[in-house]
Amino acid sequence: MAEYVLLRHKEIPEINQLGVYKKNGGFEAFEKVVRSMKPDEVTEIVKTSGLRGRGGAGFPTGVKWSFMDNNNWPHYVVANADESEPGTFKDREIMESNPFQFLEGVAIASFAVGATEAYVYCRGEFWELTHVLDEKIAELEEAGLLGDNLFGTEYSLRIYTHLGAGAYICGEETALLESMEGKRGQPRLRPPFPPSFGLYGKPTVVNNVETLTNVPLIITKGGEWYKSLGTEDTAGVKVFSLSGRVKKPGNYELPFGTTFRELIFEHGGGIIDDRPVRAIMAAGASSALIVADDKALDTPMDYASVRELKADLGSASVIVIDDTVSIDWVLNKTIHFFKHESCGKCTPCREGNYWMSHIIERIHEGEASQNDVELLNSVAKQIENKCLCALGEFSIQAVMTGIERFPQDFEIAVKN
Amino acid sequence: MTKEVTLTIDGKQVTVPEGTLIVDAAKKIGIDIPVFCYHPKMEPVGMCRMCLVDVGRPAFDRETGEPILEEDGSPKIQFGWKLDTACTVPVSEGMVVKGMTEKVQQGRQDIVEMLLTSHPLDCPICDKGGECPLQNLTMGHGPGESRFIYDDKIHFDKNVPLGDLIWLDRERCIQCARCIRFQEEIVDDAVLEFFNRGRATDIITNSEPGFDSYWSGNTTDICPVGALTTADFRFGARPWELKHAASVCTHCPVGCNMTYNTRREAKSGGDIVIKRAMPRQNESVNELWICDKGRFAYHFTESEERLTQPLIRKGGELVPTSWDDALDLVAGQFKDAGESLLSLVSGRLPNEDLFNIKKLTEFLGGKAGLHSYMAGGDLVAQVGLNKGSDLGDLGEGDAIVVIACDLEEEAPVWWLRVKAAAERGAKLIVANPRTTKIDRYATEIVRYAYGEEVNTVANVDLSDAENVVVFYGSEGVGLETSQALANACANLLSETNQVGKPNNGLVAVWPRANTQGAWDMGFRPLADLSEAKVLYIAGADPVGDDASVADAITNADFVVVQELFLTKTAELADVVLPVQAQTEREGTLTSGERRVQRFYPVVLPKGETRPDFDIAAQIGAKVGVELKGRFPSLVMPQLSAEIPGYEEITYQKLAEVSEQWPIVGRGDLYYGGTGYENKQGLGIQLPTQSETFRVSTDPKGLKGLSEGKVIAVPITVLYDHGTMIEPSEVLHPRLPEPYILVNPKDSHILKTTDGMMVAISINGGDTSNATVIEDEKVPQGFVLVPRSMGISINGPSEFEIRIAESAMA
Repeated sequence: MAEYVLLRHKEIPEINQLGVYKKNGGFEAFEKVVRSMKPDEVTEIVKTSGLRGRGGAGFPTGVKWSFMDNNNWPHYVVANADESEPGTFKDREIMESNPFQFLEGVAIASFAVGATEAYVYCRGEFWELTHVLDEKIAELEEAGLLGDNLFGTEYSLRIYTHLGAGAYICGEETALLESMEGKRGQPRLRPPFPPSFGLYGKPTVVNNVETLTNVPLIITKGGEWYKSLGTEDTAGVKVFSLSGRVKKPGNYELPFGTTFRELIFEHGGGIIDDRPVRAIMAAGASSALIVADDKALDTPMDYASVRELKADLGSASVIVIDDTVSIDWVLNKTIHFFKHESCGKCTPCREGNYWMSHIIERIHEGEASQNDVELLNSVAKQIENKCLCALGEFSIQAVMTGIERFPQDFEIAVKN
Repeated sequence: MTKEVTLTIDGKQVTVPEGTLIVDAAKKIGIDIPVFCYHPKMEPVGMCRMCLVDVGRPAFDRETGEPILEEDGSPKIQFGWKLDTACTVPVSEGMVVKGMTEKVQQGRQDIVEMLLTSHPLDCPICDKGGECPLQNLTMGHGPGESRFIYDDKIHFDKNVPLGDLIWLDRERCIQCARCIRFQEEIVDDAVLEFFNRGRATDIITNSEPGFDSYWSGNTTDICPVGALTTADFRFGARPWELKHAASVCTHCPVGCNMTYNTRREAKSGGDIVIKRAMPRQNESVNELWICDKGRFAYHFTESEERLTQPLIRKGGELVPTSWDDALDLVAGQFKDAGESLLSLVSGRLPNEDLFNIKKLTEFLGGKAGLHSYMAGGDLVAQVGLNKGSDLGDLGEGDAIVVIACDLEEEAPVWWLRVKAAAERGAKLIVANPRTTKIDRYATEIVRYAYGEEVNTVANVDLSDAENVVVFYGSEGVGLETSQALANACANLLSETNQVGKPNNGLVAVWPRANTQGAWDMGFRPLADLSEAKVLYIAGADPVGDDASVADAITNADFVVVQELFLTKTAELADVVLPVQAQTEREGTLTSGERRVQRFYPVVLPKGETRPDFDIAAQIGAKVGVELKGRFPSLVMPQLSAEIPGYEEITYQKLAEVSEQWPIVGRGDLYYGGTGYENKQGLGIQLPTQSETFRVSTDPKGLKGLSEGKVIAVPITVLYDHGTMIEPSEVLHPRLPEPYILVNPKDSHILKTTDGMMVAISINGGDTSNATVIEDEKVPQGFVLVPRSMGISINGPSEFEIRIAESAMA
């Protein structure tokens, strides 16, 4: 195994201590960019690295930074730490165990886009972690690594944490910004996108925690180095959150292109009781259900390859389903989750998930007929491509693929 | 100049300014794209997803940047992979929009079906049924049948009051947020919000009392379902039973265009009655809005207390009599009154009535007096807003001055219009002794002490403003200072040469709807009634406003009062003549923006009431002067021949309309709400005399008042106890008990506490009870006394205050 890029605490004990982090090269990258580089040069390196957003959408990070409107100031950087996707728990481990690398990533991103204030938006349940981050930020200010006139230059930077109030939708970047502004967490219309109209209407970069945590080593080791990790389609490494019916669930940092088989069987230790794997959800509850045949298991996990399975890698939260789990049970879980988390702003998501929750409940409880399965599928299709934001669009992925790819489960459910 | 963009919608070409949304561009060429959440007066939110369209754009070669052409040479159009919402996508050159394809129609049907899953489908008992966007769009786009199981519906308690005037049916709400957005964006009273999320999303009010806003009624017009209903109309009638009549609001000088809906009903003894009041579109006046006073106060016309037959004093009592006897008596007394006759009117009366009363008075040799605490109407005629003015045109580079005025309280829609102008970039100078709501939008706030009005105007800098509009009100001033203030404002405009052009001029925030008309007809304020031996009072209640006037009335030899109600003044009269309310007749009013507007009969006259102009004509006939009494339309030709500025006014011209934007009505109720299309006239703005001039300003200020003492000053509030609001029961919960505002730092001098009931006597006049409300916004050294609240006050005054006896008991 190559050296860790993100989960470095697995190699370096106590890297969550500033002294240890610094001893291992911490904040050298930030100091280097502030002292000797122009913001554009930093963005260029990140562009070269091929780093793409790790929140799920996979948008090229450097390109996003270069979209910042330079005729409108101030600029802001917001780290999206509203990690709420069921099955995703990577950002939490990164922030808990390697917090300084994450904060250094925030700092470098801020310098690259000319922001002097950056925010870390944490999901409400991360309140303990947020306190820890506050302490870490205070330590950095104490150490002169954050604050005014950093490293004797004109550049100043403050980082603040902001605690959400327990809404999944606030992981959507514009809902997150609304929430930060003290409003209801509901997505905005896009365009305009945050780099032109973000926090308080100012140009804003919103990046996922994991995305930002990659940045310090990219600066230190260069864009080409990072690009050499992973596959041609998807550069770099990824923290895969593995959960479900595996023996060893957890976060595994692996290069993009690792196969599902390797993740599940080598790193995850295989299926509990060595039962057969039936289905994979590669992007948490927002996933399409992948039929876990040999072809799927041998598919390398990068954005393009997973798309060939008519699924998305998303945030790479791999939920493994074996033959003890029925797909109608899975859908009952995901639909109820989305019904609960729908913000209510747009009709299809608000009404559609509520409607689907009743249908799937009847199906799962054996009180439905095949017509209801068709109705469920039809309602999902009715929601498709009509929602205001991605939440609604993702809420139906598992439903439509589940019914299409695992029809036998529904036949059994309605027969009972 | 904005770039124009040409696009094609459903095969029709349209050219619109860049930035126009598809939904608006379609509307311009008569294509109704269905919407629920979109409203042309508000920012798009794209929530309901009803306005789905297929949007295509010309394809360009990525390498060369050249347009890709089809085989026939036409540009290749690339359509999106999914449908777009027409309310959020701006037009672009060469765009092709398809709204009639199967994919689009299916998409809209999908949205309707989903909306209906949470809807109770109680159209048969819903107030909106018959004019409901959801009902209409369900008929037009919905599936014939729902696949949703009825038992899965969420049920809420129906009919929750959001406030005293508005009720919410949460089951019917489709979460379009029009009401919330209206309160935030248009009127800046963010008292409504969403609570909870997902399917549990609910509208709540966050104010105490609930839905605390002067604008609440408008939300019922723009609500696309029957979720919001007004307290007075709910369960009152079905929309298809209603007829409508155009009117103009009479509660303030804005002159909002209105529609009254009427029904002939058994419940009301077979009479035609008003069921509700709604705004009528006039983009130069009130756009699509009216305030709650305008919407709910009309109930005064239905009051059982209305006078319905003439009364004459016999043996000390007022007793009913016939019109003939009453008019004979009046004519007999008037005939030889000569200069001892004083006619006293207020701006409550329409132009035709004022004209006839003025002509009658002139003929008899009497004086024509205006009952008003504000002056300056002659100046407004000279330097008021000139013909062609529209507050909606003001923006960047223009300046607006608002002085001695709490605009939202005194002329609510002007507050909206001025706010919007400031948002468009107009410089807004607000000068007032205390904070008022419009301060939020001011570019410059001037604080002066009561009494310093005139000097304050002199210091206003309007250099380099392209257009200048000055609003002056009556905050804290009496008649004399009002005259000086008007003079100072007129001088300011004259000096900066901002007169005679459209979108420039002086606007008096009059206490009545037609005070400007009264000035134009030749009535002038009077300080003293005591010289008059014969008094002819119409549409005014001087005793009600100031009890000390009672002596002058009692001492007169003969007093005639034309009134709706037996007011304090009418109680003292020798003859009381019952008049028709505005809703029972027609006529014209001249707004503060000098727009003459026509109103129409709405219901039949009550009892034996007659209109004021007709009564004047009938008296005229008996004393030997011919005045037109049959129709106000017959008065207007005489009026326009005689009154400067009114030359071109005819009833026909007043009824003319031209196309307005946004387009509302035309059978589609959803786009602009149920606000009514204006088919009955936009009115005509009068020209001003444009020469510059200078009038002397003699600031009276607080001269004659003891220094160091706390001084009482009058202010104007929207919800007062005036004759035309108090009888409206629906508004009672919103009307405050009489109160005075005191700065807490003055409480030790006055020996008052917050909430204390006190007895206050102004200038040694009658004592009235009032509650003390402590308010830090009140300047120290002053007590603010709302007008028309039962406490007589004419201007800055000394006063005495003590704990009320009732409070001590």
